[in-house]
Amino acid sequence: MSIWIHEESRVLIQGITGKQGTFHGTKMDEYNTNVVGGVTPGKGGQFVELQNKKVPVFNTVSEGLDETGADVSLIYVPARFAAAAIVEAADAFQEKGGGLIVCITEGIPILDMIKAVARVDQYPEVRLIGPNCPGIITPGDVGGCKAGIMPGFIHAKGRIGIVSKSGTLTYEAVAQTMSVGEGQSTCVGIGGDPVNGTGFIDCLDAFENDPQTAAIVMIGEIGGSAEEEAADWAAKNMTKPIVGFVAGSTAPPGKRMGHAGAIISGGKGTAAEKFKAFENAGIYVARDPSEIGNVLVKALKDAGLR
Amino acid sequence: MNIHEYQGKILFKQAGVKVQDGVHCKTVEEAVNAYDYLDSKVVAVKSQIHAGGRGKGTLYDQETDNLIMEGGVKIAFSRDEVKEYAQNIIGRKLVTKQTGSGGKIVNNLYVEAGCSITHEYYLALLVDREAKTILIMASTEGGMDIEEVAEKTPEAIHKIWTHPVDGLNEKDALEMADKLGLSGHSKQDLVSMLESLSRMFIEKDCSMIEINPLVKSDSGDMIALDAKVSFDDNASFRHPWMEEMRDHSEEEEVETRAHDHGLSYVKLDGNIGCLVNGAGLAMASMDVIKLYGGEPANFLDIGGGATKESITTAFGIILEDDNVEGILVNIFGGIIQCDMVARSVIEASNELGLQVPLVVRFSGTNHIEGKEVLDNCNLDVHTSSTLAEGAEKIVNLTRGEE
Repeated sequence: MSIWIHEESRVLIQGITGKQGTFHGTKMDEYNTNVVGGVTPGKGGQFVELQNKKVPVFNTVSEGLDETGADVSLIYVPARFAAAAIVEAADAFQEKGGGLIVCITEGIPILDMIKAVARVDQYPEVRLIGPNCPGIITPGDVGGCKAGIMPGFIHAKGRIGIVSKSGTLTYEAVAQTMSVGEGQSTCVGIGGDPVNGTGFIDCLDAFENDPQTAAIVMIGEIGGSAEEEAADWAAKNMTKPIVGFVAGSTAPPGKRMGHAGAIISGGKGTAAEKFKAFENAGIYVARDPSEIGNVLVKALKDAGLR
Repeated sequence: MNIHEYQGKILFKQAGVKVQDGVHCKTVEEAVNAYDYLDSKVVAVKSQIHAGGRGKGTLYDQETDNLIMEGGVKIAFSRDEVKEYAQNIIGRKLVTKQTGSGGKIVNNLYVEAGCSITHEYYLALLVDREAKTILIMASTEGGMDIEEVAEKTPEAIHKIWTHPVDGLNEKDALEMADKLGLSGHSKQDLVSMLESLSRMFIEKDCSMIEINPLVKSDSGDMIALDAKVSFDDNASFRHPWMEEMRDHSEEEEVETRAHDHGLSYVKLDGNIGCLVNGAGLAMASMDVIKLYGGEPANFLDIGGGATKESITTAFGIILEDDNVEGILVNIFGGIIQCDMVARSVIEASNELGLQVPLVVRFSGTNHIEGKEVLDNCNLDVHTSSTLAEGAEKIVNLTRGEE
């Protein structure tokens, strides 16, 4: 097993006729991901050529779900329309009994996200990952299910679950697991925005219940208190070992570090506090991302898993 | 994006929030005229900069650094005092707790009618990222540093949350007024202020509204004596007026220039420049440099859509900083291909006549090709395969060790 997506997941791409949508759709197809179609309002009836196949375009998500039976909708829609795209997907999935929405888009207005997340939260069977994230990937035996922009080839099927607020730092964590001979069950980028869908705790909970996952790597960054809350939750609920890293120890207060949510404000949200919360919760801490591999080996050994 | 107090008060007025009459001035003459116009025995002469702590700040001469005056917000009782304070403020450097030691030059002044105060409160609206909605926070301990209040007497801070879709609930607003000990006219005033501010927060895509102090006058009116307003830059596309409110002199020119090229740059005080793809990895690169005994000179995320041009601009921006004694390039190729970055790095180095040591770490898409490009060029580039190794190398090189 894996979490939320698996090799057979059927993926619809909102914004498939756009430059990003077509480019990444092709990369996903190349990775053997089951891309079943796309949505662009006004372009229904057209087809988009991917690496190995042509997929149909629909005017609405609802129509797309009806025709393709997709269970994942991936959003590459420009920021000003992205929240509406999330809401459309959420409503459509709700009618079909549920589904997974993954929003890659960066730069969505925060008040739009507040409303979109409120809508998704009304539907217990609908999950949102992102926005402003690399997406989610479950490596399989040949390729796998890649709902996002991450480079597929750096991954391999295995037993480590990865959850991270950052994009390239997630790839770094993947490379670290590979460097010690471990593959990944599922890697989730939850995104660097202040208001988003799925959080650390949702991921930890899912990994805890996933038989394929033996250990977790959790990558946080400055800003907010999601890492602290996840650490507290993990201390009470997790039996599987966790390796943690937090980016931004050297970030100055009051300055936004690239991600909209990566800011130390009012002295809160520092890396030091987050590392401390990790340590208090019994999480194995890596102070340097290049050490994640070694720390993971120690965590696995301590748990009798290596 | 932040705006000045005087701009915030224009928005408050439009939204129906009570403020004192005031005039925005740029010269001493305008300030004196403002005093005459306001026809108020007492006026406040207030420095306008994008930083808090103005009242307790200190003004210095721009050139000589001589101390001019304590306090960036002054109460004046006469025309002469207004003139004196305006002279001491306009064109001076104001250093506050929030500006850093470099301070900020005051180009704008706000002269505001005085007001009798029976009590000072604190009020703020902001996005609560954990509750995923707007948080309204108020305290009876106004005029004080709210972080200090939060630290020492967190029970003195009262909180209510708006509904993500339906907005502010009147019952919550009334409860807030009760918690602040307000009654009668003042209570009604506060409730209508909370309604106005919640509406303004959403209509204008604010990311924060802070009023410190919010005051109760002796007639029981609730008046916003301060206005700190910031907007969500991501929403600027639907608010063309935002650009008109922008005070470019308050923003870091180099950060704006970087932003215009799709780069995200923050200057720091160290000596090792970094060029990285991805915000998390960029922060981690800074952290690891520090871990190996160095000090990062900047945060720089070239983003997923970086091109030869943007990478050359990024190099230029890093090298503008005279403190930079070495550069670490850390790329984990996803969409970005390492060989493209390698060629861009070589081009930028040649173009800019790179004089400082350069360490490049590639991983991910086309990292082998990228390394080959660097190995075969005539530049003195050091390569490494991990971030730790790269950081250690650049730290040693800047110390003159190989």
